[in-house]
This record gives sequence, structure tokens and C-alpha cells, in this order.
Amino acid sequence: MGIDWLIVLIKIIFGLVWFLTLTLYLTWVERKESAVIQDRIGANRAEILGLRVLGLFQPFADAIKMIFKEDFVPSFANRFLHTLAPFLSFFFVAVTISAIPFGDKIQIAGREISLQILNANVTLLFVLAMLSLAIYGIVLGGWASRNRYTLLGGMRGAAQLISYEVALGLSLVGVIMVFPSLNLQDIVYEQGELLFGWLPKWGIFLQPLAFLIFLFAALAETKRVPFDLPEGESEIIGFFTEYSGLKWGMFMMTDFMEIIIVSCLLTTLFFGGWQVPWLGPDGFHFPWGWDWFLPRWLVVLLQVGAFNLKVFFFCWFQVLVRWTYPRFRYDQVMDFGWKLLIPLSLINIMATGIIMSVLQ
Amino acid sequence: MMKLLGYFFEIIRGSWITCRHFVVNMWFHTLKVLGIRTKRRGAVTIQYPEEKKEIAPRHRSLHRLMTREDGRPRCVVCMLCMTVCPSECIYIEAAEDSDPEIQKYPKKFIIDLSRCCFCGFCVEACPEDAIRMDTGKIDLATYSRENLIYDLNRLVG
Repeated sequence: MGIDWLIVLIKIIFGLVWFLTLTLYLTWVERKESAVIQDRIGANRAEILGLRVLGLFQPFADAIKMIFKEDFVPSFANRFLHTLAPFLSFFFVAVTISAIPFGDKIQIAGREISLQILNANVTLLFVLAMLSLAIYGIVLGGWASRNRYTLLGGMRGAAQLISYEVALGLSLVGVIMVFPSLNLQDIVYEQGELLFGWLPKWGIFLQPLAFLIFLFAALAETKRVPFDLPEGESEIIGFFTEYSGLKWGMFMMTDFMEIIIVSCLLTTLFFGGWQVPWLGPDGFHFPWGWDWFLPRWLVVLLQVGAFNLKVFFFCWFQVLVRWTYPRFRYDQVMDFGWKLLIPLSLINIMATGIIMSVLQ
Repeated sequence: MMKLLGYFFEIIRGSWITCRHFVVNMWFHTLKVLGIRTKRRGAVTIQYPEEKKEIAPRHRSLHRLMTREDGRPRCVVCMLCMTVCPSECIYIEAAEDSDPEIQKYPKKFIIDLSRCCFCGFCVEACPEDAIRMDTGKIDLATYSRENLIYDLNRLVG
């Protein structure tokens, strides 16, 4: 019993370290990538003992700055809720990492350890529920500041996230129909099989429309630039106007963590999770008849590496999207969500059901 | 529906442009890191305090007072620069010169750079070519306002 708890604890520590390190360096990636897109160089001045290394110390400089900045609470704000809001927002996104499968089961000293912190039957629902709860942080932050603009930002955030939650959930119904499970690990196992004997049975090939809907809805969920209505830098400054220092930093971290979670979900649901094409538990089995047997540890390493690579790609892609598109107007966002994405996702469910019943 | 597809096409085209910028610039950055020199650079950035752009010859920078052969300022205190200055940042106090050809020399010549707008009218007004703005010094920021008041010593030097 005790050793089981220890294993869970170690998995939680590893998961959080992975998550927070990636979050920290995603801020660096965002600054550098936006710079390269715009023919600039980007942050490269932070140095330790004369070492600059492409500005890799920049996140630490930013963190030190945010920790030592004054933590200002306006006199008219509700002090308790104002402090609670960023923690809520941060917590609900941070726990979602427990549902993401990082790799296959591994054997250590006769014990089978799944590389997923929470191995339950409802992990997909768990992630969706926690991501929906994250809007409480926004609404609470906007409301507790007692500022008209933060309240506007909070209300916009609530409206936007609730309407895109519908499209997000509906687009995943098709995926759940194809891979009949709500456990992300089982969905990844299902995607290890082959279609027609050569094509990996990834979600993108079975549910291309659901992928597009999920992509747009998930981009809206991260509330970054094409959909950054809760923030709206140029018009209402957003729900965190009255925040400073580390509390503001937590809101910002939450944004970046949401990017990573969305990347993880895109990878897990549509791009085979930790599956490498044609890589079985004992090595590669290519469709043209070659076999290449690999030791077990190398297979697991390749799979975890593949998962990381796919997640990095989608993080990169979301930063690219953020630095390409201008913001939607509020009514355009609502139109896009309710009049296009939700009907399309309903059509997708219908079509999936019809095709599946015809094929049976 | 066709309009919607048009939007969709434009969305993809937009990300294609940024993606192309990213890939091309990243390629030249990588070449530079590997030590391969190319004519094109990955970024247009000039790393300012270390690298400086060459200043154009007509650029108006910090003032300087010209001197005669014997080292005294050329200024004859005609007060034209003080009169023309729109920011009223020049202050001159005259004293009598022993040379009857010159008659006056500046005892005090103070430019308050915290008010100067670098219009260059003083240079154009000067009949003796005593004041010029061609030192090429543009980083004038200091920590105190007193440091921005330039007197005769600093202007001649």
C-alpha cells in the first residue's frame, strides 16, 4: 500500500516538474518565435556570469522580477476573493496534467507502472471538467477587483468559454464513438492499431472534421490572441487589470499551461499520443514486411520522446497562430462558435454514426 | 458559403506567410550559429549599445562651440541664437574683449539640454559659424537634470 502511494507521489512530482518547466520555457519560446516571425532577434540580454546562451535565462529573470514586485490589492477590491482567483485559475489547469498519458506501461522490479498519473475511466471528462472550472478564476478575478473593465473582461470570458465548451465537447463525441473509451490511455492504445494494414489509426484520419472543430474550440479555450476577448489589450485590458506581481504571473502562467494542455489533448486524441507509427511493444513492424526488434526500454523511450515531440510541435503551432491573426470582434466570436462550430460538430456526430452503422 | 471558404483560404494564407518568415529566418540563424557566413541575416536587429548605426552627416546631435586658432570661442555674442531659439534654452552673458575687431566674448554660454528640441535654428542663425551640432553624440541621458545643463567648458571641450 505504502509503495503505491510513493509511486503516485513520484509520478505527480515528475508530471508537475515537466509541466512547469515547459510552461516556463514556453514564455521564452513565445518571445523568440514571435521575434523570428517578425525578423527580430528577441530577448537575449539576461545573463549569468557573462553567459547569455540565446536568452535562455530570461524566464528566470522574469520570475525573479514578478516575485519581488509589489503585490497590490486595490482598496475597493474584495481582498479574499481577489487573492483566491489566480490560485483557482492556476490549480484547475495544473491538475489536468494528471490525466495525460505520457507513455506505455513500464515494468520496474516486477511492478507495472502506467505513465499516467490518474489512471481512471473518466480522464477525458476530468480534463474537460477542470478546464471548464478554470473560468471561475477569470470571472472571480474580474468581479472581485470591483472595476468595470475587469468585470467586462470576466463576463466576456465566461460567455466565450461557455459557448466554446459546447463545441469542444460535441467535437469529442465523434472521437469517443470511434475509440470507445473515456480513458485517454485507452484511446491511445486504440490508436496503435493500423487501418488497411498500413495507415496508423490516428484520430486525425478517422475524425478530420472533429480535429478542426476541436482545434478552433481549443484555441478559443486558451483565450489567446485570435480569441483573447477576456483580455482585449487594446480595449478593456482584461480581467487581470488590478493584478500585479506574482498573482498576475499566475494568470499568465495559466495561459501558457492551457496551451500545453491543449497540445497534449490534440496529441492524445488526434495524433496517436505516445504511439510511434508501426512501433509495437517489441519493436518496429513496417507494413512492407520489415521487422526491427528493439529492447523494451528503448521502445518506451521512443514513445515518450514521440509524445514530447508532438506536444512541442503543437505548442509551436499555437504560438504561430497567436502571432499571425488579429482579434475577432465579440459578435464574430459568438457567431463562429454557435452558428458554425456547433452545427458542424452535430453533423460530424451524425456522419460518424451513419458511417459506423454502415460499416458494421 | 463561398465567402466563408474565402475567409478560410485567407486564414491559411496568413499562417503560411508567418510560417515562411519563421522557417527562412530560422535557417539563416542556424547558419550563423554553425559559423557559416551568408550575405543575408536572420534578423534586421542592430544590437544597440554594442553595435551602432552610422549617423548621417546632416544629423543634429549634441552642440559644440567652435574656437579660433588661439583656443578662445568664436562666438561674438550677437545673441542671434538666443533670439531664434524656440525653446529658449540658450543663455549668454557677454564680456568686453580687448581686441577691437572682436569687441565681445561670451563670459557664460549655457545650453539647457533638458529644454532643447534639437531644431538646429541656432546653427543656422549663427553668422560666425561658432556653434555646430555635429559631434555625433546622441546618448545624452543622465541621472540628474543638472547634468543636462551644458556650460562653456563642456560645450567647447
